[in-house]
Amino acid sequence: MTAVTDTSHHEDHHHGPAKGLMRWVLTTNHKDIGSMYLWFSFAMFLTGGAMAMVIRAELFQPGLQIIEPAFFNQMTTMHGLIMVFGAVMPAFVGLANWMIPMMIGAPDMALPRMNNWSFWILPFAALMLISTLFMEGGGPNFGWTFYAPLSTDFSPPSTTFFIFAIHMLGISSIMGAINIIATILNLRAPGMTMMKMPLFVWTWLITAYLLIAVMPVLAGAVTMMLMDIHFGTSFFNAGGGGDPVLFQHIFWFFGHPEVYIMILPSFGIVSAILPTFARKPLFGYTSMVYAVASIAFLSFIVWAHHMFTVGIPLVGELFFMYATMLIAVPTGVKVFNWVSTMFRGSMTFETPMLFSIAFVVLFTIGGFSGLMLSIAPADFQYHDTYFVVAHFHYVLVPGAIFAIFAAAYYWLPKWTGHMYDETLGKTHFWLSFIGMNLTFFPMHFIGLAGMPRRIPDYALQFADFNMIASIGGFMFGATQFLFLFIVIKCIRGGEKVGDNPWETDGLEWSVPSPAPYHTFTTPPDVK
Amino acid sequence: MADKDDKNPLDSSRRTMIRTGLVAGGMFGFGFAMVPIYNVFCKVTGLNGKTDPNPYKYDAEKAQVDTSRTIKVQFVATKNTAMSWDFKPTVTEIKVHPGQVGELDFIARNPTDARMIGQAIPSVTPFQATNFLHKVECFCFTTQTLEAGEEKVMPLRIIVDQALPRHITKLTLSYTLFDVTSMGERTLAS
Repeated sequence: MTAVTDTSHHEDHHHGPAKGLMRWVLTTNHKDIGSMYLWFSFAMFLTGGAMAMVIRAELFQPGLQIIEPAFFNQMTTMHGLIMVFGAVMPAFVGLANWMIPMMIGAPDMALPRMNNWSFWILPFAALMLISTLFMEGGGPNFGWTFYAPLSTDFSPPSTTFFIFAIHMLGISSIMGAINIIATILNLRAPGMTMMKMPLFVWTWLITAYLLIAVMPVLAGAVTMMLMDIHFGTSFFNAGGGGDPVLFQHIFWFFGHPEVYIMILPSFGIVSAILPTFARKPLFGYTSMVYAVASIAFLSFIVWAHHMFTVGIPLVGELFFMYATMLIAVPTGVKVFNWVSTMFRGSMTFETPMLFSIAFVVLFTIGGFSGLMLSIAPADFQYHDTYFVVAHFHYVLVPGAIFAIFAAAYYWLPKWTGHMYDETLGKTHFWLSFIGMNLTFFPMHFIGLAGMPRRIPDYALQFADFNMIASIGGFMFGATQFLFLFIVIKCIRGGEKVGDNPWETDGLEWSVPSPAPYHTFTTPPDVK
Repeated sequence: MADKDDKNPLDSSRRTMIRTGLVAGGMFGFGFAMVPIYNVFCKVTGLNGKTDPNPYKYDAEKAQVDTSRTIKVQFVATKNTAMSWDFKPTVTEIKVHPGQVGELDFIARNPTDARMIGQAIPSVTPFQATNFLHKVECFCFTTQTLEAGEEKVMPLRIIVDQALPRHITKLTLSYTLFDVTSMGERTLAS
């Protein structure tokens, strides 16, 4: 076994980062790129969040108060697109960049230049996407799922820019995924066998495979839209022999694995944090790995549960219903393993642990409402109501976002060399926790009562719950500036920490804090 | 590197990159392959209610009329959003025995002062009946061109297959008329 030769080394053999702006433009360092991903993601989180605030402000009371319905549609669409492609996915890629090489004892990502490229595509794609809001006819207004023919025959002229933005975001994700696979498969330290890898690495490996399998399908779908709009084809135009329902099949073939892309890395994060603060090893490591793999496999055969009401035959409804329910089995394995990890542990409740426990509880609630939605005959009632909105925000906000917060608090001492402010961190947690539940829990009720999603106005009987949801939304939104403050405060100073402030296992805790610019240039020995 | 001792990690990374890149490229192709797969699947199963775009080969000798049951066939004419024509069937419902030819007319009128091309897209409900409703003659096999102000009577002749499952007693044949002026005249039949 030879030591890794660092061929990307500069001739002058300096080990610190370059100076000035060009450091960030030209960097191939996984830590620099990881940080850029995380900052970009946070900027997008605030942007998409501002749009959510506009939505909640309009829905504060019934009637049209603040914005036009046409602009409201653009807000719901852009909020979804930006949160999915701009906030959640880049945040996970950023965490992968920072942590995977340090967790498997690699000196850097396997393909550092491609890494730089996959990041730097993102700001331009996001800028192009956001710029559509200022174009004639406005930005995309057809929902983040952009169903044809709404997104082809009836879409604003800016849709072409939307399509190219999706192309670019897709290319970035695919390159990021390829890089992660190449790193995990080829750069593990000697002795770091697959079944010794931390679960965050495992979940990201599987996520990366999902990404290379489905992001190209999304690229195909938007390419077909592009051709329908500009080149006279009829993929989704029934008048020319196409079929709009086909769009939904292609979209959800991408879309369902996509929702697991946004949750699997969270599973890895929580599986790292719970054992640390319960002071017990993770319960059922092997079953966790197989559970994640099963969830990933099942994600490919359940897509039509998003389409129960388009008129698929009984056999199809039953197949997709049972296949969807089957996902509850591996997910249940994971939840029980997390609970068993905490059971009779010496638990302490630092901020990352609070976010992780909230993840387990609230993600399970989101999973249960997902099970309710999977029941085909009942779904006809729930379809396109606020119940669906409540469901996917319960799996995405406390699922993806809380896990990202937990990861940030957990690894901030490693990244900065300082401990974050625990009091402020806990304040951030509780305000987020209360705000989030206040926002999304009432949505279950108004959804079951029949309030449709994506409308700027609603019937009077939904007024009270909507006002509660809006108050919770403003609370959750405002709280995130506290997170920004905590992170900046932690970067600028604070209590110095040692290599292993949480006294836990893992290669990332064997290097100094803050992690030096280059780590594991000589592979560590993994026992 | 973990298991291949003598290999340079750069080479193995490059190999991984090429392989995964090929998978991504293949999946891009698969997205497009879903179009014919979907069409063939729907044609075989009749799932999306799309009927055969070709005229049914009517064989008078084989076509035994099954007088033991009568099937109600209803007709619906819808215009797609941008379509300005008047479009309706002369009767909204006929009763036929399986194997018997049912005839009626649809009337289309172009009230605009420009020449336009329309395409009617049929759909059958319930879906299980899709492959049992045959069209011997239909204006939907090709595009229809109407001059400004022109009105056209378009005949439709259908046969309900004798093999239609017995629990189905009522069919709906729905046409949606699309404005395809920009696409030009063509025929959907193959």
